[in-house]
Amino acid sequence: MSRVLVGVKRVIDYAVKIRVKPDKSGVVTEGVKHSMNPFDEIAVEEAVKLKEKKIASEVVVVSVGPTQSQEVLRTALAMGADRGIHVEVAGKEFDLLQPIHVSKILAKLAQDEKADLVILGKQAIDDDCNQTAQMTAAVLDWPQATFASKVEKEGDTLKVVREVDGGLETIKTKMPAVVSADLRLNTPRYATLPNIMKAKKKPIKKLAPKDLGVDTTPRIEIVSVEDPPVRQAGSVLPDVDTLLTKLRDGGHIK
Amino acid sequence: MFARCSSSLVRPSAQGFRRFQSTLVVAEHNNETLNPITANAVTAAKKLGGDVTVLVAGTKVGPVSEAAAKLDGVKKVLVAEGDAYKGLLAESLTPLILATQEQHKFTHIVAGATAFGKAVLPRIAAKLDVSPVSDIIGVQSADTFVRTIYAGNAIQTVKSKDAVKVITVRGTNFEPTGAAGSAAAIEKAPEGDFVSKTTEFVSQELTKSDRPSLTAAKIIVSGGRGMKSGDNFKMLYDLADKWGAAVGASRAAVDAGYVPNDLQIGQTGKIVAPELYVAIGISGAIQHLAGMKDSKTIVAINKDAEAPIFQVADYGLVADLFKVVPEINEKC
Repeated sequence: MSRVLVGVKRVIDYAVKIRVKPDKSGVVTEGVKHSMNPFDEIAVEEAVKLKEKKIASEVVVVSVGPTQSQEVLRTALAMGADRGIHVEVAGKEFDLLQPIHVSKILAKLAQDEKADLVILGKQAIDDDCNQTAQMTAAVLDWPQATFASKVEKEGDTLKVVREVDGGLETIKTKMPAVVSADLRLNTPRYATLPNIMKAKKKPIKKLAPKDLGVDTTPRIEIVSVEDPPVRQAGSVLPDVDTLLTKLRDGGHIK
Repeated sequence: MFARCSSSLVRPSAQGFRRFQSTLVVAEHNNETLNPITANAVTAAKKLGGDVTVLVAGTKVGPVSEAAAKLDGVKKVLVAEGDAYKGLLAESLTPLILATQEQHKFTHIVAGATAFGKAVLPRIAAKLDVSPVSDIIGVQSADTFVRTIYAGNAIQTVKSKDAVKVITVRGTNFEPTGAAGSAAAIEKAPEGDFVSKTTEFVSQELTKSDRPSLTAAKIIVSGGRGMKSGDNFKMLYDLADKWGAAVGASRAAVDAGYVPNDLQIGQTGKIVAPELYVAIGISGAIQHLAGMKDSKTIVAINKDAEAPIFQVADYGLVADLFKVVPEINEKC
């Protein structure tokens, strides 16, 4: 039996077309639909599955962020997590919070909560860093199984299939470990209304980084955030011949 | 354990004080050939200024270290050979790189932003207590880098305050470094017991293909949900073979099981920027565009004239791919 810690992040919904602020300081987040980072939903689902298979005894979800992060914690609780921890970081400080800070917070919580497994999404779709799991593993000095598409427990080890550039790779890793979830790991369940109601009664503990002894001094300065270059509008061609002529003229094909 | 080194002690002093820059590039390879992204990473490393050293670790490093030594601008190649590096596990490479860093005090540690680089570098950064910078697309100065956020929909410029900059590089944004007139010196990297006691490499199941690799291909023919089945991808393979192209896919095509995962192009798959990208039966979701919108020329073939892919396509054909693709195959 083991305890699983899952990190979840509240991000702008994946389907939203983001807008860059005119002062180039960031992107507009006020009044924009937010939801749980898609990779984190997969992480939660995997943890809940481990519990259903009686491999995990308890699933603890953690979110670092502003007050609204509690919404994604409630979602995770409705998916089947047992309890939540909200590490509150708001405003300007949150804008400059980076994976290095989050990984230290998660590592401290993994120790405090005596977790045997930490499952995180492979990347947040806002900062696209793909760092937190690896850094959490490093801080804890635990092994890492990144970009996991299959996790199986074999005795006291985990057999993990990883998505790598040329195909797939299988590793075996001892527990405790940190796993980062890739898209193919599972299909997250929808929280049902009764479970959403039940989730309201599940406990969420509130903490601040300083309660955990983590220094959140920014390590970077955001110089600017700008729109990417806009592509020139193209043309719709009438037929295959015209297309092939264009491609031949452009020197793309012979 | 949370304060391995205090960054305030080593933070560069006054503005304009020119510190000597030196960069370690962690080579990616398969024990036989150097992954081409290493040459792109060396280009980025040269932009940072200062000396460039390449580290080659593996079970067999001979041919790879010689190839690395021939890259223009590389001053030195450090080699570490042994069974510890089987499968290039992050758990055994990290102590090696930390030992190398301890000895040489690099200002920058760089690798390509591949599955390998993404897995290993953040682990090193955490051990050095520095904040890594992922997937950079530009270098403004030794401490200021450009990267994309929100699936490529915003460009962020960040200035790192850490003493050591740990960076992964988007290959498609840096030209590969060519061969030099003479080879760099090859030396041994620090030795130690770097065998991972926690993680063991078991096996790899790589997708076999004679076609060019996605990230290096000049032409990519890519299929989406509109392909309707894995069998229909044969049309794309045929076309790719005629054009010497690689075949890619959208997430929808991968999730539907038409093609393996490693063909996925997008925010969470591979980022490509070929000369010609042909999107067939791909609607053009934000997440897919993130992986291909820097392609020089984009062609979209889709029967839905409203598909967002047409907003980025240079040439569009609003047509049924099952009619058009065979016709293209026939005519070229």
